[in-house]
Amino acid sequence: MTTRIPARFAACAAENRPALVTFIMAGDPDLDTAQAILEALPAAGADVIELGMPFSDPMADGPGVQAAGQRALKSGQTLKKTLGMVEAFRKTDNATPIVLMGYYNPIYIFGVERFLEAAKTAGVDGLIVVDLPPEEDDELCIPTLEAGLNFVRLTTPTTDDKRLPAVLANTSGFVYYVSMTGITGATIKNHAAVGTAVKRIKGHTDLPVAVGFGIKTADDAARIGADSDGVVVGTAICNALADSLVDGKPTAHSVAAVTDLVADLASGCRRARA
Amino acid sequence: MGIEGANSLRNGPDDNGRFGLYGGRFVAETLMPLILDLEEAYRAARQDPEFIAQLGSLRTHYAGRPSPLYLAERLTEDLGGAKVYFKREDLNHTGSHKINNTLGQILLARRMGKGRIIAETGAGQHGVATATVCAKFNLPCTVFMGATDVARQAPNVLRMRMLGAEVRAVTSGAGTLKDAMNEALRDWVTNVENTYYLIGTAAGPHPYPEIVRDFQSVIGEELRAQHLEREGKLPDAVVACVGGGSNAIGTFHAFLDDSDVAIYGAEAGGHGIDIENGHAASMTGGRPGVLHGNRTYLLQDDDGQILEGHSISAGLDYPGVGPEHSFLHDTKRVIYVPVTDDEALDAFQLCTRLEGIIPALESAHGLAHVLKLAPKMRKDQSIVLCMSGRGDKDVESVGKYLASRQNG
Repeated sequence: MTTRIPARFAACAAENRPALVTFIMAGDPDLDTAQAILEALPAAGADVIELGMPFSDPMADGPGVQAAGQRALKSGQTLKKTLGMVEAFRKTDNATPIVLMGYYNPIYIFGVERFLEAAKTAGVDGLIVVDLPPEEDDELCIPTLEAGLNFVRLTTPTTDDKRLPAVLANTSGFVYYVSMTGITGATIKNHAAVGTAVKRIKGHTDLPVAVGFGIKTADDAARIGADSDGVVVGTAICNALADSLVDGKPTAHSVAAVTDLVADLASGCRRARA
Repeated sequence: MGIEGANSLRNGPDDNGRFGLYGGRFVAETLMPLILDLEEAYRAARQDPEFIAQLGSLRTHYAGRPSPLYLAERLTEDLGGAKVYFKREDLNHTGSHKINNTLGQILLARRMGKGRIIAETGAGQHGVATATVCAKFNLPCTVFMGATDVARQAPNVLRMRMLGAEVRAVTSGAGTLKDAMNEALRDWVTNVENTYYLIGTAAGPHPYPEIVRDFQSVIGEELRAQHLEREGKLPDAVVACVGGGSNAIGTFHAFLDDSDVAIYGAEAGGHGIDIENGHAASMTGGRPGVLHGNRTYLLQDDDGQILEGHSISAGLDYPGVGPEHSFLHDTKRVIYVPVTDDEALDAFQLCTRLEGIIPALESAHGLAHVLKLAPKMRKDQSIVLCMSGRGDKDVESVGKYLASRQNG
């Protein structure tokens, strides 16, 4: 089975531009608003959607994504509801790939087999699980591939050439290159090094390589997208949503706060190679 | 030593860092290469006579080892059963068992050429022990401590700062040990090139549970020899408190294959394990999950979200436990029991009045279980408590708690 991911990256490549991969946190700031945002993302210019599964202890995330997860959990978000969001989304959009992103424990507690079945039924295309390196592939990666979904792996500046083949071995869909050693929301200090790293990774794989961490503006998207197959934006979107809230509650501008930013980022992607 | 072989309980972890189902390396890719480097450096260090000699010398001349095995005569008489001994880790330099681990790991960090040390701390004992070795070896040190713990363990915060460490108060979550560990991991992932994460308990990703256990095992090895010399036999029971579980695994490990020695771990029962989120007894009140790099028993809800836990003791209110304890819990080699805040406070006061020893609130949890066991044992039997730390840091909060208990 092929997921929606390869076709989407191929379509973007055909337009000679990087794919815009947007991250939102499921259930942030509440289920209804998050659903409205999710459904508005493709029209705003999102090519691939990463839907965050909130976790109480997001060890690799900076304050922006941490706060988004806390808002979601406070509003009662669960893994089951997150899967429900995908199922509802698929009623109107059967083309935009959705990748669930988060940490292992909620999936482990849900039950790996039960989770994969539910994810597949809901219309999920792939998973990114931050705390599952190749050393733990038996836990979820292999079962995910067997279920016909993609397991998107993070590679980082510390993943050297010796280690890279092991990291890429069971990766599918695309490769997510983390632009820096750090947490989400930090600032990229060396853009040129990112481009070099992407070229190095592309020397080891035919998969598309998307770059995330530290991409905040249309200009960032244009610069990073010049050398990569996709750019991932998360913290900036979570922060834009946060700024639209009043006392933690959504306002009339909340959905537009996200879609305006996404449209701007999409314009950055379109001029990346112009 | 017990017999080491296929059936030994002392062989873990396996090559994948597992103790049965537990342990592992559940970390972000950024940290993975470093964790592999650490394992390699540790394997080399423990074969290196120079490393072993240096650690031995520091233990003797800096930490003050061996720590005494002390017969608590008045307590023994009061309880009317087994002889009660304390393994006096409270007499170590810095006032707890934590120095055993920080001395070992600081030598490892130096071997690896790391120029900066970070650590997490709950009660502040590990933070102090880390700040201490960083001062001695002239390495910059940042300690992450939950804001709640900063407030309730003020004396240790002052000590760390005087020793030259930067103490960062962590405000996320409930501001306790779990949040401090999250923040330490975030710092580590950001500064991975030059930073050594000196984990304070026998938890986290492989090889930390093994490293910390090995450095703390000096407790049980000494205790075993000291007891043999004093009593001509092994103790009938050993008891230690369990938060993350480093003093406990250090005490237990030498006895795991001695089937005649009963082993007990006292978890923080807080307000009682029937009260949701009112305790920190991860084994008696939690279930297996994955957090902070390892699979282990965790306090969590039905959605796999981690609970904060509660204990009067800042060193025990961690929602997880070291993976080797989870394994020993499942195999039933160690009996883990919850001890409530009130029981620990009673034990704290009894020990102070009868023995002139102010125990750490953490150790008082272990002592509370000794108070239950000793009267039921024969007078020719003996029970040893790991007195893991001294309670100077706790006198203020205990005073407040007792006052409110009296008024409540």
